[in-house]
Amino acid sequence: MSRNDVLVDADWVAEHGTDDGIVLVEVDEDTTAYDGGHIAGAIKLDWKKDLQDPVRRDFVDRQQFEKLLSGRGIGNDDTVVLYGGNNNWFAAYAYWYFKLYGHRDVRLLDGGRKKWELEARPLTTDAVTRPTTSYTAQEQDLSIRAFRDEVIASIGKKSLVDVRSPDEYAGRLLAPAHLPQEQSQRGGHVPTSVNVPWSKAANDDGTFKSDDELKKIYSDAGVNWDGEIIALCRIGERSSHTWFVLQELLGQQGVKNYDGSWTEYGSLVGVPVAVGDEPGQA
Amino acid sequence: MCGATTGGLSVAGIDTTKEAVIQGRVLRAGSPVAGAYVRLLDHSGEFTAEVPTSATGHFRFFAGDGNWTLRTLAPGATSDRVVRAARGSVADVEVELDAA
Repeated sequence: MSRNDVLVDADWVAEHGTDDGIVLVEVDEDTTAYDGGHIAGAIKLDWKKDLQDPVRRDFVDRQQFEKLLSGRGIGNDDTVVLYGGNNNWFAAYAYWYFKLYGHRDVRLLDGGRKKWELEARPLTTDAVTRPTTSYTAQEQDLSIRAFRDEVIASIGKKSLVDVRSPDEYAGRLLAPAHLPQEQSQRGGHVPTSVNVPWSKAANDDGTFKSDDELKKIYSDAGVNWDGEIIALCRIGERSSHTWFVLQELLGQQGVKNYDGSWTEYGSLVGVPVAVGDEPGQA
Repeated sequence: MCGATTGGLSVAGIDTTKEAVIQGRVLRAGSPVAGAYVRLLDHSGEFTAEVPTSATGHFRFFAGDGNWTLRTLAPGATSDRVVRAARGSVADVEVELDAA
């Protein structure tokens, strides 16, 4: 993998966004953003309604994912180009999710919706419909998904990269600051995890930094490039952004996203928790 | 986001005794700017959160005690503004951008 295989820029989308075989997909934390205006030709996926099981805390299963993509008109051979607000947090999450179910060609629009808007590029409210397809998903690729037991077993062994803001990592905040802070879980982080906020990987306009800059950021934080890496945050979306950086941009193998993240870990009974700015001991 | 109210954004539904709210409006030549991006940076300058402004130019954060920087990005303008937040209070801020 290299940057050109997984990232497109706004000019590319303006030129090719409506080509055959290209499907633009907007995924936002604010699921109403699309309805207020989207890039021409883009369809919407709702990270909560479409991608989460309505009852249990888990993803939709393989058959449900096949049904979803078939209904929205995405084919197995289509190039799916994802973008969204919040510096592509949820678009990166959807990217990881598409990879989890084995979609071959997925890309992110560098800078996402924000850069597009800051460049005053056009948005439309025109309805978009695509002919249905018959999509076939793969079994989940669990080489990119971590569960809680693996995270606990990795304390002091694997590189755990907590990508939340420093105040969340330290336990001074329990959620990103655009959300209310009253939460059920404890504050803090997994002992020995290092704090590399996802935002270090992005410029102010939401685009990714250069490969050299990225490599240095994680090296300086003590990430072991010779071992497995697990990224985590609060609910697994910001850590998808970092997963994308490590595995897709930098080509590192053996990177997992822990989608349970702090809302799961910080609610577990009996697990070790570190508070404050230091990683803490195993 | 809620609509505009006199003296700032409505805090209906928010337990302001437990939250350190930073909220306000982005203006350009006195008019609200919708779709600007406001980022909240912590005392070390590290990114903490970001929201787009509403149709009425409003934004809101739930921070912690201390000093924060609001960095506002809009086409053709960037502005930094330091704000003090405290649990149990609402910091109302108006960010005035340079004319485009």
